Amino acid sequence: MTIVCGDSHTSTHGAFGCIAFGIGTSQVEQVFATQCLLQRKPKSMRISVEGELQPGVVAKDIILYIISRLGVGGGTGYFVEYAGSAIRSLSMEGRMTICNMSIEMGARGGMIAPDETTFAYVKGREFAPEGEAWDEALAYWKTLQTDEGAIFDAEFTFDAADIQPMITYGTNPGMGMAVSDHVPEQSKAGESQDTFRKSLDYMGIAAGSSLLGHPIDYVFIGSCTNSRIEDLRIAARLVAGQRVADHVKAMIVPGSQQVAIQAKEEGLDKIFTDAGFEFREAGCSACLGMNEDKVPAGKYCVSTSNRNFEGRQGPGARTILASPLTAAAAAIAGKIVDVSKPMQA
Amino acid sequence: MKPFTTLQSTAVPLPIEDVDTDQIIPARFLKATTREGFGDNLFRDWRFHQDGTSKDDFVLNNPVYQGEILVAGKNFGCGSSREHAAWAIADYGFRVVVSSFFADIFRGNALNNGLLPVVVSPDFLHQIFEAIEANPVATFTVSLENQAFTIDDTAQTTSFEIDPYKKTCLINGYDDIDFLISQRAAIEVFELNSLVK
Repeated sequence: MTIVCGDSHTSTHGAFGCIAFGIGTSQVEQVFATQCLLQRKPKSMRISVEGELQPGVVAKDIILYIISRLGVGGGTGYFVEYAGSAIRSLSMEGRMTICNMSIEMGARGGMIAPDETTFAYVKGREFAPEGEAWDEALAYWKTLQTDEGAIFDAEFTFDAADIQPMITYGTNPGMGMAVSDHVPEQSKAGESQDTFRKSLDYMGIAAGSSLLGHPIDYVFIGSCTNSRIEDLRIAARLVAGQRVADHVKAMIVPGSQQVAIQAKEEGLDKIFTDAGFEFREAGCSACLGMNEDKVPAGKYCVSTSNRNFEGRQGPGARTILASPLTAAAAAIAGKIVDVSKPMQA
Repeated sequence: MKPFTTLQSTAVPLPIEDVDTDQIIPARFLKATTREGFGDNLFRDWRFHQDGTSKDDFVLNNPVYQGEILVAGKNFGCGSSREHAAWAIADYGFRVVVSSFFADIFRGNALNNGLLPVVVSPDFLHQIFEAIEANPVATFTVSLENQAFTIDDTAQTTSFEIDPYKKTCLINGYDDIDFLISQRAAIEVFELNSLVK
């Protein structure tokens, strides 16, 4: 199936083995007029993550790690297949998080071959085929695997054991590091030193510093990257029975009405509000500062969204991207903490 | 769309890498239903303080630098698929953006709006920045027909790639729909023949 939409995070659907990518308004017009879209075939890239994930490491950490290694332009011109045992071990929600952020390294789309996890997720849902139609569809979906020995234009393999909880320190998603690491002293090879300095100045973060214990002001758990039911469950499990730090404003924004309803049925909203989070209406919210949910100038926001660009969450806002687990822990602690280590009082 | 053939102009230097779509036009200015007027908020938070006064050190506020060519660092236009980024640049008055590397969706969006993205080598990009630094009113010539970009002062020239279909569209001032309409007779013949079979 091919899905296009006027949003670069359309690639989220790649988790189901679809070819899904974002297009501009003029191309939307083209689709409406003709049901067709003129495209050049992109180059192919396979990114494999092999092995078992470390404690405290979730899908968001994997994709932030990949982008930090490949850079924000590393995937430009490519369509990506994510593969390997660590990717296969993820739930559909986790796979959507991975595919969602493909554009953050410049790739138009990313996809994961459908498997038993995919089929189990789809079966019985609204609009899913039933009966004989299901059997036919299933037989076809099972063929949507990359052939043994297929050659990709580019191929990368990472070891899951090397991935730790990740955060970003700069103003693009490629400027990420393990939460326990130090901010680099200088820009990466091939990147401009001026751009690197400008970015750190904006963030008010010193080159070479550690961000562990860095105080934060806002926490946003939401966006098309991380606002599915599993993300809310992960966060709820961590915050249950605790309180958001006094100086932190923390928001939970479900990705859709469906997720909001399910979260309420599971009592997650109560866990969040008891802990001092605001449980808000479903939508994009503070991901891009388009509505009133903005982060004020100079304030630090640990956000589960996808872009830490200058001003993305409001003019002058400083965004630190992280997983729902790391974000929830930061809300409670009032500062950046390493969720792979026992929580400090 | 205005046809594009040849342009001679001075240029505005923006030697910053990874300029993203939120810098080009922040999301809070996207609530409009036409393509006009976005130029007012181009690079909004780099150009203006929060109270709306100009930031004097930003290049667009420096009267020394003018022109219809924007020259930027690599990976220009990364981020969102919002076409408003291309609209804002075109609406401000730029007709060409030069960089050593463009984000995919932005490049496509620019081409669909009569804004020509010119990819040059990192070395040549550096030479363009040097030429502007040496002489802020240095002119550059962009020939779409010949796919050539020239630093007029030094006569250094480089060729650039463009999809032949998009080249045809730009030269004629067509967007994709205009192009389809220009092929209407052929489409109708095709449909008629298909129906007969």
